[in-house]
Amino acid sequence: MTTTKAANLSRRRFIVSSAAAGGGLALGVYLPFSTAPAAAQGAAGRGAEVNLWVVVKPDDTCVIRIARAEMGQGTRTGLAQLVAEELECDWKKVTTESITAAQNYATKRAWGDMSTAGSRGIRTSQDYVRRGGAVARMMLLQAAADQWQAPVGEVSVANGVITHAPSGRSTTYGKVAAAAARLTPPDPKSIRLKNPKDWKIAGKPVKRVDTADKLNGKKIYSIDLKLPGMLHAAIKDCPVFGGKLVSFDESRIAGMRGVRKAVRVNDSTVAVVADTWWRAKTALDALPIGWDEGPSAKVSSASIAAHLRTGLTSDDAFADSDYGDALKAIAGASKKVEAVYSVPFVSHTTMEPMNCTVRLSADKAELWLPTQNAEASLAALSTSSGLPLEKCEVYHLDLGGGFGRRIGNQDVVRKGVAIAKQFPGVPVKLTWSREEDQAHDFYRPIAQCRMVAGVDDGGNLVGLHIRVSGQSINAFANPAAIKDGKDVRQLQGLWKQPGDAQIGYTVPNMRIEYAMRNTHLPVGPWRGVNTNQNGIFLECFMDEAAKLAGRDPLEFRRALMQNHPKHLGVLNAVAEKAGWGKPLPAGVHRGIAQFMGYASYVAAVAEVSVSGNGVVKVHRMVLGTDCGHFVNPATIAAQVEGSVAYAFDSLLTEISVQNGRVVEQNFDTYRIARLAQMPRIETVIAPTYDFWGGVGEPTICVVVPSVLNAIFAATGKPVRTLPLKNQGLTIV
Amino acid sequence: MIQISVNGKSHQVDVEPEMPLLWVLRDVLGLTGTKYGCGIAQCGACSVHINGEVQRSCAVRVGSVKSTDRIVTIEGLSPDSSHPVQKAWAELDVPQCGYCQSGQIMAAAALLAKKPRPTDQDIDEAMTNICRCGTYQRIRAAVHVAAGTAKGGGSIIHIVSGGGGGSALAASVNTGSEPRA
Repeated sequence: MTTTKAANLSRRRFIVSSAAAGGGLALGVYLPFSTAPAAAQGAAGRGAEVNLWVVVKPDDTCVIRIARAEMGQGTRTGLAQLVAEELECDWKKVTTESITAAQNYATKRAWGDMSTAGSRGIRTSQDYVRRGGAVARMMLLQAAADQWQAPVGEVSVANGVITHAPSGRSTTYGKVAAAAARLTPPDPKSIRLKNPKDWKIAGKPVKRVDTADKLNGKKIYSIDLKLPGMLHAAIKDCPVFGGKLVSFDESRIAGMRGVRKAVRVNDSTVAVVADTWWRAKTALDALPIGWDEGPSAKVSSASIAAHLRTGLTSDDAFADSDYGDALKAIAGASKKVEAVYSVPFVSHTTMEPMNCTVRLSADKAELWLPTQNAEASLAALSTSSGLPLEKCEVYHLDLGGGFGRRIGNQDVVRKGVAIAKQFPGVPVKLTWSREEDQAHDFYRPIAQCRMVAGVDDGGNLVGLHIRVSGQSINAFANPAAIKDGKDVRQLQGLWKQPGDAQIGYTVPNMRIEYAMRNTHLPVGPWRGVNTNQNGIFLECFMDEAAKLAGRDPLEFRRALMQNHPKHLGVLNAVAEKAGWGKPLPAGVHRGIAQFMGYASYVAAVAEVSVSGNGVVKVHRMVLGTDCGHFVNPATIAAQVEGSVAYAFDSLLTEISVQNGRVVEQNFDTYRIARLAQMPRIETVIAPTYDFWGGVGEPTICVVVPSVLNAIFAATGKPVRTLPLKNQGLTIV
Repeated sequence: MIQISVNGKSHQVDVEPEMPLLWVLRDVLGLTGTKYGCGIAQCGACSVHINGEVQRSCAVRVGSVKSTDRIVTIEGLSPDSSHPVQKAWAELDVPQCGYCQSGQIMAAAALLAKKPRPTDQDIDEAMTNICRCGTYQRIRAAVHVAAGTAKGGGSIIHIVSGGGGGSALAASVNTGSEPRA
């Protein structure tokens, strides 16, 4: 029998949690690795730091350092594979540890960019992490050669065992690591990396390195942190965006058990701090709060839709692509089709709600949180605490989901610091309720699109006019990125320039425009960002144009893709694996889509049936990606499967607005995908091995259009407005 | 004081009877493997077993729990991650971010205790927990593996020659697929 009081936590748990927070580093005693003699660390039992990326322990364990955030996308494993491949170590003896933002700052970003978004985790760090592994290998081999007084050219390594064939001697990485750490490293740029066709660890579906603690409750997420004396905070922002906090009556909660204080966080936010989170939340719910709801208190989804509609035909748009004369070609075409599509706001809804823990003192600011950009969190900690960067530390823990919510906006940090300032020296954990998280997200932008296509007598698409009208992420988050009033970011996936998110069709007369129509809702990057809306618009409308032309949707697309071999390549691969054109069971119909994002080419085929009363079943999806080189096929499949589930948001539900505030504040109304609704998912990897593309986000943009096109094939009626529930359709 | 039994150990907790079991587990007993996801019994991240039945602990007032009720959390499912569900989850590399997986595993373990050889429809009906990473296909396959009704499965992967004018290397990559469980 044990008696435990709230927040009475043991010393042991403190150490465990702190170690987890620091990625295995002891809290408060770490020094940036490069400032301590590496070999000295070997003596301390932590292993020898051979270089920035590799620490080798006497038992041959290779600790690979990871700078990017892990949020379920598998980057931790993929980066470790790339380092280990060049290191030539024993994969079974690989572990990983995270560096911190302060370490990166102190070393002038020796580990490069820590931000983890834009599907960049692998593709923009693969070169330097592979060189990091190769440098460590060369140093370890040199150390062995020195020990044997043999030319390094006679020394070879496999699985971390170094061999000198002429003398028959061998040793291991663990035995020479301390000596290797004292050597001067070779210039990374001088190293010739392996040809990917010779890879033995990278390119293989190895299991993730971080699964075990996710199966038994041992993994510590930021929301699980326990620190001695820690207090808990619950938070409430004005339900109407742009409104203000006028007053709150703290006397009404003063006697409630465990409650310490109500805190004005900023001009629109109040928090209650207590000894447990439930007590803080319960008191917050009981706290009388006066709001000034501000100028947007009457805004609704209907008024937002009307606002966006004005952008469909206004004269304030700019064109990115403008080839030939689209309007004239369409006017002169023998057949025309016009359509207006609309896609709603959706929310990130990470499973781990927003949270952070902050401890402030006069000369130290500490922050624990799940962040996609620990460096931005460090900067926000410094500015909001008023302490210089040198006195700030961020422990970024693996995230319980990111999806873009935890990248740019450091609102969580600013709010956490504002509350912790009221409790000097005391760690305060701030946790959003699900409702607060839903009601104060940075949503995927709402958008509409008017498209007109003209087809000639031969069934050829001779003119295409696309006008996107909707909210701009840059206008909300980064106005400086808008050049000359032209926010080309909102046309992602429809861009004319190649390389990242180029439209995959060549149409002789084509005009693609964007008209900015902002709302009072905050917006931000949501997995796949603007490829989501634009993929739905273009790819659904291509099926409408194909029908107008009387042609098969695949064949119609192929005819427009001859100048886009990589787009076409993955489309063909998916069509072949899906058996496009082959018979299906009665009532089952196929839809197809292709698009490009994050430098990768993607395509999908969906098999769908629709019953007479609007019940939709998605039976099977085949989704293909050409990401150039690939590092882990199993991770890619997981990301493809995850893209299907995540993309289902805007099929199934939406963030709608009434009286200026978000309606769908929890999973009872924000009805996202469950297991039963998932189709059988097949992942096709169609690599062309001549570039590095992203994986986490590209696939998502073809999920919804392929399903909608299958519904169109099944019913003969295009679905132009999402979510489906507003069109009398449900997915089971 | 309220007396509850968690993972075979009896505890006296000095809390209000209205406090949800979830928060007693997390903030009072320090058993943080059970997660907060919604607070309204929708997402299942807080799933625990009470007398062998899967329950969403965010919607269970601790005052409603009897001292004789046997509460099992993810930490108590097995001492060494040896429960068949945990082993199947490891074999198929089910988790991504992992946040929902305690609840998924508890839901699957409860299902298998009732239906040792569940059908896909049984799985559809029982596994209603939300996963934002979208691990659903591997969850389904892993339940079948845990039940002993399938081996392997999960992700279905085809590696094919890229069609976009890449190098000849593509042709040397094996094309493979895994049958569905």
